[in-house]
Amino acid sequence: MGMDFSTLRTLISRYCVGEENWVDSRTIYIGHKEPPPGTEAFIQQRYPDNRIVSSKYTFWNFVPKNMFEQFRRVANFYFLIIFLVQLIIDTPTSPITSGLPLFFVITVTAIKQGYEDWLRHKADNSVNQCPIHVVQHGKVVRKQSRKLRVGDVVFMKENETFPCDLILLSTSRDDGTCYVTTASLDGESSHKTYYAVQDTKAFNTEEEVDSIHATIECEQPQPDLYKFVGRINIYMDNEPVARPLGSENLLLRGATLKNTEHIYAVAIYTGMETKMALNYQSKTQKRSAVEKSMNAYLVVYLCILISKAIINTALKYVWQADSNRDEPWYNDRTDTERQRHIVIRAFTDFLAFMVLFNYIIPVSMYVTVEMQKFLGSYFIMWDDEMFDEELGERAVVNTSDLNEELGQVEYVFTDKTGTLTENNMEFIECCVDGHVYVPDVICNGQVMPGATSMDMIDTSPGPGAREHEELFFRALCLCHTVQVKEEETVDGIKHGIHQGKSTSFYISSSPDEVALVEGMKRLGFTYLRLKDSHMEILNREDEIERFELLEVLTFDSVRRRMSVIVRSTTGERYLFCKGADSSIFPRVVSGKVEQVRARVEHNAVEGLRTLCVAYRPLSPEQYQEVCHLLNGAKLALHDRDKRLAEAYDVIEKDLILLGATAVEDRLQEKAADTIESLHKAGMKVWVLTGDKMETAAATCYASKLFHRNTQILELTTKRTEEQSLHDVLFDLSRTVLRQHGGMARDTFSGLSGDCTDYGLIIDGATLSAVMRPSQEDSNSGNYKEIFLEICRNCSAVLCCRMAPLQKAQIVKLIKASEEHPITLAIGDGANDVSMILEAHVGIGIMGKEGRQAVRNSDYAIPKFKHLKKILLVHGHYYYIRISELVQYFFYKNVCFIFPQFLYQFFCGFSQQPLYDTAYLTLYNISFTSLPILLYSLIEQHINMDILKKDPSLYRDIAKNSLLRWRIFIYWTILGVYDAIVMFFGAYFLFDNTTFTSNGQMFGNWTFGTLVFTVLVFTVTFKLALDTHYWTWINHFVIWGSLIFFVVFSLLWGGIIWPFLNYQRMYYVFMQMLSSGPAWFSIILLITASLLPDVLKKVICRALWPTTTERIQNADKLYKGHLSEFTPLASLHAPPKAGGHRRGSGNQRNAPNPRRSEPFSKKIMFTRWQRTPDYSTFTPLLRFADGSRFSKQGHAYSGAGPETSV
Amino acid sequence: MVKQEREIGNRPDNTAFTQQRLPAWQPMLSAGIVIPGFVLIGLAFIGIGVALFVTSRSIQVLEMDYTGVEPTSPCFRCSDPDVKNCVCNLAFNIDTLFKGPVFFYYGLSNYFQNYRKYSVSKDDDQLSGDLDNFESPSDTCSPYETVGSVPIVPCGSIANSMFNDTFKLYQIVNGNEKLVPFDGKGIAWWTDYNVKYRNPSVTPLKNAFNNTVKPISWPKPAYELDTSDAANNGFINQDFLVWMRTAALPDFRKLYRRITEGDYAKGLPAGNYTLKIAYNYPVLSFQGRKMVVFSNVSWMGGKNEFLGIAYLVVGSMCVFMSIVMLIVYAKFKFPEED
Repeated sequence: MGMDFSTLRTLISRYCVGEENWVDSRTIYIGHKEPPPGTEAFIQQRYPDNRIVSSKYTFWNFVPKNMFEQFRRVANFYFLIIFLVQLIIDTPTSPITSGLPLFFVITVTAIKQGYEDWLRHKADNSVNQCPIHVVQHGKVVRKQSRKLRVGDVVFMKENETFPCDLILLSTSRDDGTCYVTTASLDGESSHKTYYAVQDTKAFNTEEEVDSIHATIECEQPQPDLYKFVGRINIYMDNEPVARPLGSENLLLRGATLKNTEHIYAVAIYTGMETKMALNYQSKTQKRSAVEKSMNAYLVVYLCILISKAIINTALKYVWQADSNRDEPWYNDRTDTERQRHIVIRAFTDFLAFMVLFNYIIPVSMYVTVEMQKFLGSYFIMWDDEMFDEELGERAVVNTSDLNEELGQVEYVFTDKTGTLTENNMEFIECCVDGHVYVPDVICNGQVMPGATSMDMIDTSPGPGAREHEELFFRALCLCHTVQVKEEETVDGIKHGIHQGKSTSFYISSSPDEVALVEGMKRLGFTYLRLKDSHMEILNREDEIERFELLEVLTFDSVRRRMSVIVRSTTGERYLFCKGADSSIFPRVVSGKVEQVRARVEHNAVEGLRTLCVAYRPLSPEQYQEVCHLLNGAKLALHDRDKRLAEAYDVIEKDLILLGATAVEDRLQEKAADTIESLHKAGMKVWVLTGDKMETAAATCYASKLFHRNTQILELTTKRTEEQSLHDVLFDLSRTVLRQHGGMARDTFSGLSGDCTDYGLIIDGATLSAVMRPSQEDSNSGNYKEIFLEICRNCSAVLCCRMAPLQKAQIVKLIKASEEHPITLAIGDGANDVSMILEAHVGIGIMGKEGRQAVRNSDYAIPKFKHLKKILLVHGHYYYIRISELVQYFFYKNVCFIFPQFLYQFFCGFSQQPLYDTAYLTLYNISFTSLPILLYSLIEQHINMDILKKDPSLYRDIAKNSLLRWRIFIYWTILGVYDAIVMFFGAYFLFDNTTFTSNGQMFGNWTFGTLVFTVLVFTVTFKLALDTHYWTWINHFVIWGSLIFFVVFSLLWGGIIWPFLNYQRMYYVFMQMLSSGPAWFSIILLITASLLPDVLKKVICRALWPTTTERIQNADKLYKGHLSEFTPLASLHAPPKAGGHRRGSGNQRNAPNPRRSEPFSKKIMFTRWQRTPDYSTFTPLLRFADGSRFSKQGHAYSGAGPETSV
Repeated sequence: MVKQEREIGNRPDNTAFTQQRLPAWQPMLSAGIVIPGFVLIGLAFIGIGVALFVTSRSIQVLEMDYTGVEPTSPCFRCSDPDVKNCVCNLAFNIDTLFKGPVFFYYGLSNYFQNYRKYSVSKDDDQLSGDLDNFESPSDTCSPYETVGSVPIVPCGSIANSMFNDTFKLYQIVNGNEKLVPFDGKGIAWWTDYNVKYRNPSVTPLKNAFNNTVKPISWPKPAYELDTSDAANNGFINQDFLVWMRTAALPDFRKLYRRITEGDYAKGLPAGNYTLKIAYNYPVLSFQGRKMVVFSNVSWMGGKNEFLGIAYLVVGSMCVFMSIVMLIVYAKFKFPEED
């Protein structure tokens, strides 16, 4: 639970290859004092100073380095090449035409990056120059932070932020502890306790600290924030005392001292070697599916470009075979040109054609896409609906590159705890030897009346049981890592007011523990504090009991348990252990295992989180042995974790079972509704959890992942014990496939409504068996395939007992499967980081388990329910927007360049450009760029509310449907058609006639300008036709850019530009506008270009409407009030939505997901027991409807009927 | 307290823009709008088309090839490149009054004025009267930049290849040739004549051309292009300006003269005419053709049936499509109807 960072560790260690080559450890002399002679000589190492450099560039290397990085991008490089070609050879267009846009793009990017880097420099400077207090020669001296050296002893005051990684020596508190918040590192705002080494904690003035004579040996810096091994050798009377150092002694750079007056600590990692700096790694770049299609299209266009150039070059030489055409008398070549070899000439021509047509690949598309993504992502951050009042948090976008991917998700992998559930733990009950205690009902351990009906419970606790009960409560009060935070210490004024009142509260990194300790408080045992290694408990008789805390065997997710060793005032030593049932029961030697197990299982079915508690009395000899084991492991510098785990394994055995606890984790608000929506949107939702199968399954039912009619398939250890994995897999696949075939038949006969859907439950162990690479037989390699086949046919999959890495494995498996579906992983804890990084889109929930997930995610949202809006609304919009953007960009460039290609046939393939330089340059960057950018920012083809109400609209864009080749080809053909209309329209109009009433003739530039004018208007109108959402900004930008074009043309042709060496555009545009036929032909050609597209739209909309279009029509009809009049389901295209509409009505109407549906539990139970007898009511279930839940009922109203339409 | 502040600080702005709820007009291309729209556009286009077509029909054009390829052609003798200073007479007859003003064009075909190298082969600075560029023309003019080391003015291929056939039109009245007066003013763009092309401000103009040579193919230097009108010389000679505006397509016409004066202000009356052509310009080497064209214009320019026909076609397509859509509409019943 939240404490497992092994995944993070592995992930981070990925970035640090070569770590092995370092010297294994470093030795630090505290206060730079040499160790007394005779001790081992250490190699002095060089350490960096404490300067933090997060900036990428310096003033000097900015230009070359930034240029290098920018030109590493393929698109920029391509345009650079074109630009260079233009500079070197004699090309039809001036280098400005590609140089200016390129310069523009590069400059904008460079300015942006430069500004960001300047900010980083500023931040670095302020950090590096901030004053730090260092102890030198018994005095506190101020130093700049960057001058801090390894070995310096630092004096820190409350609320100061640590300048480097420090080992705590002593604090102002007597017990040598200090409190620290690591909010800036991992977002956990709770105060964590750090400890000074016992032998140095007494040195708490400058002079005393200065007299410490010690060396620290520790590992070389590594990025894992939560791992540190080291050893401190303290020379007292020249006799070194070695003490272990762990992460509890290490204060990290970036953390802040809290609730502690001052501390002394010694710097061990400085500057870029601090853990924070080592964690400053950028994540691997994820690329969206849209980007991939974009690149594919780009390749197509590149091929078109090259083939165009080749065709033209070839035709040119065929055509020029006649020397009179090659070189008519009026167009003589220079001598140098004549002497050039034909191959060189042909190659130069080829390059010239490439340059002429290069605009078909739009440089500005990349800029526009990037701007669209960057600016568009603000809409996610700005979304008020995704703001959570309670947390005061709004959605965060860490990567704007993936906005459109949110509209493409096919698989959702969600964590359970903290994601589906609130991670707001509430103690429900505990059970000691089968006696159930419920805190709400009683205050003095009286057995709850409702429970007496359960025959397995012994209602009369004997004296032995009494003893166990006491032990159990104490065990829970002692076996935890909860801290008590006293309000008084925070605010001095409050101290006076609240004196006498207990204002303390519990803090822990695990909310379960807090719930347990609070539950104990309600049952009469209050944990007061940990003082001088003594834990104080206020028992039911209001007496304070003190236990000395001897050892803490910390929790880890492999063992799934933790223990403490305490000594009571009477001198008995106990080991208390609490953990998951599966990790406790095998180690239990006595106790009422059966009763407790029954209760645990029952609670698990209810969706409660259960923990078992056991103890073991330790004799002094045993304790000695334990101490020996632990110390041995703790002092190890290598493999300390492994050795500790081995030691724990030996110590935590021969336990006596005391009882079990049940803690409830409520479902998050609207979790069920969200999951239902995702299902309707065609996404497959998988729950991946480390929790028990029963608990997880219950949550799945509650959150509507499984329905009442879901047939559960099991792939668990339990089953694979009975049958071989092979058989089970084949069995399941047969079941699924049979049903699948049946379903197809059913759809024909119209009985599709009855078919069941499947839910699969798999556990971690079985999964690893499935995933295990084939060893002896090649058969096992197919397991993955079969497993995938089964999964594909299941509407929901629950993976329980998952290790964090397994979560990532699953995601990877699905990602790599044939269809390459787009995956999304959502989670809140550190254990979800691996899957968040693995999935195409990673979403972090700002949960209670720190900020690990949020930091590593692409998007972070406050609550699970916000997933609905971010996918169904934002994702959908982004996808629609960007796909139009991409298609439109290619389209408008085909329209742009194809006439120029056609013109080559009429100018002797001489690479004569059709348009003027200014038009070539500005077409993409100013005449046609803003409307599409704006479209791609604010287009809404359907109202937001409809998208939210009707998730199935999401299916319309599934599988990158708007960027399929078919659609791409349509756009391209449309572009070619428009180009042909424009070019030949102008051609026939210019055919040997005059356009003016004064008989004057127009030249080639008027011809080009006519085509260009039609072009700009056509592509802009085409976009206007595609725009469904006309805000004033759209009007402004669309009409504005047309007006800009006209004004620019008037201006460009209106003046003799002094800096130009040609004046070919002078008055061309105005002359054109002064001619009537030009106006007529512009209108005609625009209309003719747009007609087919309009026609296609109307016909398609009439004959083969998509769901989206039906809803658009309906919405139009009801003037935007669709939701109030029409059930949306009736509008769906029958074949598309049919299979999924089934039963949606009653699902919607079901008011409450969980407790009010005893049915769901019944069926769930019978399925597990593989008895299809629906009438079996187990006594447990009657209990479930019993009095207890009527009291609890109110708590669930939050997940109420918000789904109703 | 602190938390509350943070909440306010972090809360997104609740404006219509940030929440993507700006008021918007949401048009839909549904049949209900498109069908009537198509009908309207179609009818309007047909109307315009008819008007344009009728107008175009009323324009008279007389086109005559005088290249002299066929031996029967009056200019056959002149088409031999060895014959110099050849004049041929092209006789033709007009049946009905050729309504004025009549425009007289020369046309060239298979002549690529839009060759890239050709169309840039001039020096705009020189042509705007910059004396520096008289001394050193832009290298875009090559190979007609210099002769030896003496600069060519005006330089470049375009100027060098200027059309130099001249025409004189006579009406045969009672067996006598009566000169039809040509108006050579205003055949080039006003801006070309008045702004873009400038002679250097040197008087006499001839002095500006000291130390330069005339283009190789030219019989006379630029300052002697029009001996009759001093203001029509140098770079602002109308014929020169017309030539310098390069044509878009390989078959092109250029305005040569207008017939607007005297007895012919109303047009060319029916009768016999002779066009005396001073045949200088070689086109046969590149299979080119030369022709002369008499044409009058309407409000929409010269004769061009394409525009009218295109309007008619697009207009009737619109109407036809709207009928098709109406059928589809009726037959398949649009979903919103049920």
